[in-house]
Amino acid sequence: MLKYSLKRLASAIPTLFLLITFAFFMIRIAPGGPFDSERALPPEIEANLAAKYHLDEHLVIQYGRYLWNIARLDFGPSFHYLDWSVNDLILQGAPVSFTLGLLALALALAIGIPIGAWAAFRQNRAADYSVMSLAMVGISIPNFVMAPLLILLFAITLGWLPAGGWEFSPARMVLPVITLALPMIAYIARITRGSMIEVLHASFIRTARAKGMPSRNILFSHALKPALLPVISYLGPAAAAILTGSVVVERIFTIPGIGSYFVQGALNRDYTLVMGVVILYGMLIILFNFLVDLVYAWLDPRIRYDEQEA
Amino acid sequence: MALLEVRNLTVSFDTPDGTVHAVNGLSFDLDPGETLGLVGESGSGKTQTALAIMGLLAQNGRVSGSVVFRGQELLGMSPGELSRVRGSKISMIFQDPDSSLNPYLSIGDQLIEVLTHHRALRRREARARAIEMLGRVRLSDPEQRMRQYPHELSGGMCQRVMIAMALLCQPDLLIADEPTTALDVTVQSQINSLMGELSEKSSTAILLITHDLGVVAGLAHRVLVMYAGQEMEMAPVDDLFADPRHPYTEGLLNSVPRLDQVRSGILNAIPGNPPSLLELPTGCPFAGRCLYAWEQCRQLPEFEKIDEDRFKRCHLDALPTKRESA
Repeated sequence: MLKYSLKRLASAIPTLFLLITFAFFMIRIAPGGPFDSERALPPEIEANLAAKYHLDEHLVIQYGRYLWNIARLDFGPSFHYLDWSVNDLILQGAPVSFTLGLLALALALAIGIPIGAWAAFRQNRAADYSVMSLAMVGISIPNFVMAPLLILLFAITLGWLPAGGWEFSPARMVLPVITLALPMIAYIARITRGSMIEVLHASFIRTARAKGMPSRNILFSHALKPALLPVISYLGPAAAAILTGSVVVERIFTIPGIGSYFVQGALNRDYTLVMGVVILYGMLIILFNFLVDLVYAWLDPRIRYDEQEA
Repeated sequence: MALLEVRNLTVSFDTPDGTVHAVNGLSFDLDPGETLGLVGESGSGKTQTALAIMGLLAQNGRVSGSVVFRGQELLGMSPGELSRVRGSKISMIFQDPDSSLNPYLSIGDQLIEVLTHHRALRRREARARAIEMLGRVRLSDPEQRMRQYPHELSGGMCQRVMIAMALLCQPDLLIADEPTTALDVTVQSQINSLMGELSEKSSTAILLITHDLGVVAGLAHRVLVMYAGQEMEMAPVDDLFADPRHPYTEGLLNSVPRLDQVRSGILNAIPGNPPSLLELPTGCPFAGRCLYAWEQCRQLPEFEKIDEDRFKRCHLDALPTKRESA
């Protein structure tokens, strides 16, 4: 397993290199630049700015300089937020987005898996239909509708929770976490139900019933492990997405996370910030896909990575 | 008193195409320690009979009639009561040993849970009993097998594990549904002799479901021949082979390839196909394929006693003189 893990991590380096190269040239090919504005700047100022940020150099030299810098974990100065380096922006916003994302992820798993399993066990009965209809609603309602509705109910009508703003306190996290988790709960419940129904029809479940195992035992010790595999696959990319924050949720609840950097960075042609969040997201995707494979091997004894390579 | 009394068992399935009548008024008894062979071709209702006894029919299955096991009615039992009988007093092994074991759990876990559930044993005691049982089904290295997973074992080994699992609680009845069909021929005979030996030692009755007459000849005391979900003939095993009284039984026996016959290159088969289970004929279900069918076969014959321990469902008093098959 260790050998496999090291191999996987080593193979992440060329992947990241390709990602960086592609993103670097794409954002520079995009029309417009970081310092374009309504009013044209005097040429001298433009030249000064270009010199300061090395935009006057040949693209290949800029690329080489950028690679050299990120090899030393320096993502450069933000082109838009003056006096901020991309490292600072991400280090300040990421803990906020990570916290909210992790909580939402935990909530989604804790609720989505049990109700999905329950719906599968009561397939085509009232419980199944009601859970699946709710899940459909959860998937269909966009978060820019759900968030204001939650604020209206819990912050304004009931007055239980603050409507927005940020500090590391449970009260401020409840509504954003719920908003982030709801569609995920719905997805996970649907995936769990589908795979669970398939597993419950497997021959080995019939054997377990023939052995006289009670339903609870069949569901949890015989069917859950195989039924979780598709959920785990879904979680890889989904976790990376939710941990890097959501523009909409962060805007509505005025949360200083990194979700808005994806959009703002691109709109402002903030070359270094875009590169920073793209690399972060890419690393998370690679990391979580790796974790998914490890969990797969842990759940399914038939998967043994090292032996296959030997 | 019989161990198992099946009376007028019917099993049907509601499907989009209509109602499939899989088992149609089947009755038979099974005595303690006895091995009854349930024989018939695919779709004759053998497996559905077994699943109905176990309460394991698919969700769209409907069952009626009566299945009395040691004086207890099994049909309509609550899930809780049923789970005390299953795996403890009645066990079942299946056709495909590889997929019948849970690939995500070790062999040990799958054996141990039977004992911790039914016998309330502690894990250590259960483990010791499971290891002993694996030895009794002649698996080598039982301790190591306990840690292995089904994919690490061969089909024959998996079926031995299934047999061990089924016999852990010393059940009164073992239902074996085509236990050797998916296995190599050499492994088949090993598994068959293992089952025969274990059932004799522990006086476990076996309901042996198979389409393989050779298996029946080796293991069963009595044979019940099924067709379209109904009994065709029932007889002690030797009598059935020596002197079949039903045209269908005769056809089945003739279709077994034999070494001592002139090799014509042609296998004897019963012509035609079984009737559609969606719409059963009102008369004898075998009439359409029967060599001797006549006017009266448009009415369903009774399943009646014709001799000591012998029953048949046929209007003919006796089969016409045996034709020498080419």
